[in-house]
Amino acid sequence: MPSKDYAATRFSGLNQITPANVSKLALSFTFSTATTHGYEAPPLVVNGTMYLITPFPNYLYALDLTKPGAPTKWVFKPKPVAASQGIACCDTVNRGAVYDNGRIFFNTLDGQTIAVDANSGQQVWRTQLGNIQLGETITMAPLVAGGKVLVGNSGGEMGVRGWVTALDEGSGKIAWKAFNTGPDKDVLIGSRFKPFYSMDQGKDLGVKSWPSEAWKIGGGTVWGWLSYDPEMKLIYYGVGNPGPWNPDQRPGDNKWTTGVFARDVSTGEAVWFYQTTPHDLFDHDDINEIILADMPWQGQRRPVMFRPARAGFFYVQDRRTGQVLSAAPFGYVNGYKGVDLKSGRIVPNHDKDPKVGRVVRDICPAAPGLKDWNPSAFSPLTGLVYIPHNNLCMDFGAMQANYISGTPYVGADVKMYAGPGGNRGAFTAWDPIHQKKIWEIPEDLPVWSPALVTAGGIVFYGTMDGWFKAVDARNGKLLWQFKAGSGIIGQPISYRGPDGRQYIAVVAGVGGWSGAIVSGKMDPRDPTGALGFANAMKDLPQKTTAGGMLYVFTLPR
Amino acid sequence: MSSRFRASLLILGAATWALSACDREERHSRSKPIAETVPAGQSPDTIWPGGTIPQTLDPRAKLYDNNAPAIAEGQFLYTQMNCVGCHSHGGGGMGPALMDDEWRYGGRIDQIATSIAEGRPNGMPSWRSKLTDDQIWKIAAYVRSLSGQPSKDAVSSRAESMSAGTPQTLTPHERLHNSDTADQ
Repeated sequence: MPSKDYAATRFSGLNQITPANVSKLALSFTFSTATTHGYEAPPLVVNGTMYLITPFPNYLYALDLTKPGAPTKWVFKPKPVAASQGIACCDTVNRGAVYDNGRIFFNTLDGQTIAVDANSGQQVWRTQLGNIQLGETITMAPLVAGGKVLVGNSGGEMGVRGWVTALDEGSGKIAWKAFNTGPDKDVLIGSRFKPFYSMDQGKDLGVKSWPSEAWKIGGGTVWGWLSYDPEMKLIYYGVGNPGPWNPDQRPGDNKWTTGVFARDVSTGEAVWFYQTTPHDLFDHDDINEIILADMPWQGQRRPVMFRPARAGFFYVQDRRTGQVLSAAPFGYVNGYKGVDLKSGRIVPNHDKDPKVGRVVRDICPAAPGLKDWNPSAFSPLTGLVYIPHNNLCMDFGAMQANYISGTPYVGADVKMYAGPGGNRGAFTAWDPIHQKKIWEIPEDLPVWSPALVTAGGIVFYGTMDGWFKAVDARNGKLLWQFKAGSGIIGQPISYRGPDGRQYIAVVAGVGGWSGAIVSGKMDPRDPTGALGFANAMKDLPQKTTAGGMLYVFTLPR
Repeated sequence: MSSRFRASLLILGAATWALSACDREERHSRSKPIAETVPAGQSPDTIWPGGTIPQTLDPRAKLYDNNAPAIAEGQFLYTQMNCVGCHSHGGGGMGPALMDDEWRYGGRIDQIATSIAEGRPNGMPSWRSKLTDDQIWKIAAYVRSLSGQPSKDAVSSRAESMSAGTPQTLTPHERLHNSDTADQ
């Protein structure tokens, strides 16, 4: 699965490649994905076969790793409708396919979930979940847990109503569906729901914390990552931003957006919720990865979750209750003053409150957050979380947004630029126990690729101008790098090949929200392009070109 | 007729000529009514088997192209109808850029009006049932201004709402090219 395990560590136990020999890492084979849009997904390796899921048109390739050059076994073309390309906010990406029990599960941009036989490439079932007429697309990687395929929608910039749904793994039939806004019965809030903080307690908050009817078009999508605790049988996921971005149009806390839900995997019942940014002001979706770990805390071993959140704080929370144990900023933040551990509530900085008719300047982090969707990796050997992230600030002009279904519902004129220091990205090793930075690599461009850490003690990540880097997990020293043909925003993986050797694989292919200026052939003269990201990425078209290509590396024999 | 009078006539004539050369928008308060429709079949193509078929510009184009009130109203509608959400202030995002010189479906005002009315298959919605034809033509007139097609005195130096972009009077004029992009 894209997260490597249910705990979402992105930690590979392989250790043939070490700091001592990684400099010898050499290209083994390549494969063109035949796409020119942002490639955010990891390759998936199961039983001597590598599976690749591309951005729209969402081809699923199976490559035979047992043969020289890894020839294509089959390709499955799901043929999503072309119009979905104009409904996806931030490039036509897909974040990964999942394997379980002989089948590959993935989502299509036009809102379908499909199960394909892993050997034959034949379709087993397909279920239409999203409706592009309402602005819904699906870009996330499903999670398969407890016999369910869990899927959520995208479209937080289109005035959709967010949900997560569980499909029966065998049949593809909907087992349950939980909305993230609206009355308790739609949100599957019942007797088991015990939020830790009073701000999240009360009846029908998904209606009452909105102006009348606004929850129906209030966003709260699930386009990021789910984790699963098999002992407690709970899934954990973060909820996206409320819509529209213009906060004046939605006074109230806007439940249950920009927070974390714990739900029972078999019934969908909500068990707890924690709202990271009540009444979100800056598009700080809370959809980032949730890493599960057991950690000593004040003399006790506690089951916790690590959440490097978009708002800029690294949250350590008890995953049984949602209680926040610590929340420290892992980069520069001025949009918030901190997190009050007593009430659980983030402390706003009212100087930065957007207001209709004025431009608020120098808000940090910008809309994509201190860290966006691209997940960190956690090594139980070093105890560190390796965070690929941004260092961006923005000017934000709020204006009245007009709801027309199937079109953007944003109401903001945004312009982003580099944060303090001038570097637009950084790669940070974070100690979650002592809540401090151990080392950091400043990067010129936002780091939009996920991270991988191995038992050999190496961390891999890519840059948007196409460098694929291996750094020492202990000190961040650059050990090896390779220049790919396009910027890297894809998830690197490590696998043991049929020949017993350790391989490292990554798909290059610039795009995504940050790289749309290249993959969408945008005009860099307009600073507000791609919801304001274009202003920060004006130089990217000179630094890289579009094109999906798989690169696989190994040590020479 | 004194020579002095003739000279002033000459000046008057020159002034009239100069004024008309300004070519500011024409207002047709009593023009002949033209059917309220968007153009149909304004092909974006540039290849015609068997020889050239001259494409005539839709007669309504003249009423909207380079017309200051039409461009200003089009700008207002461009924001209100959420065009700005996909195409930004011309730089693009979810949808293609509109301020550059590249036009997949043609950059003439009647071709742009057709694209708005009919939609395009890779994600451009069809607005025919949501907007009046007059509104569609006005948005098309504004879209033309994003690549600097109208003269500078027809565009507004200030946006209708807040914008981080440059004033339209500073937009450079692009020479438009039709393109068939294979990968879209």
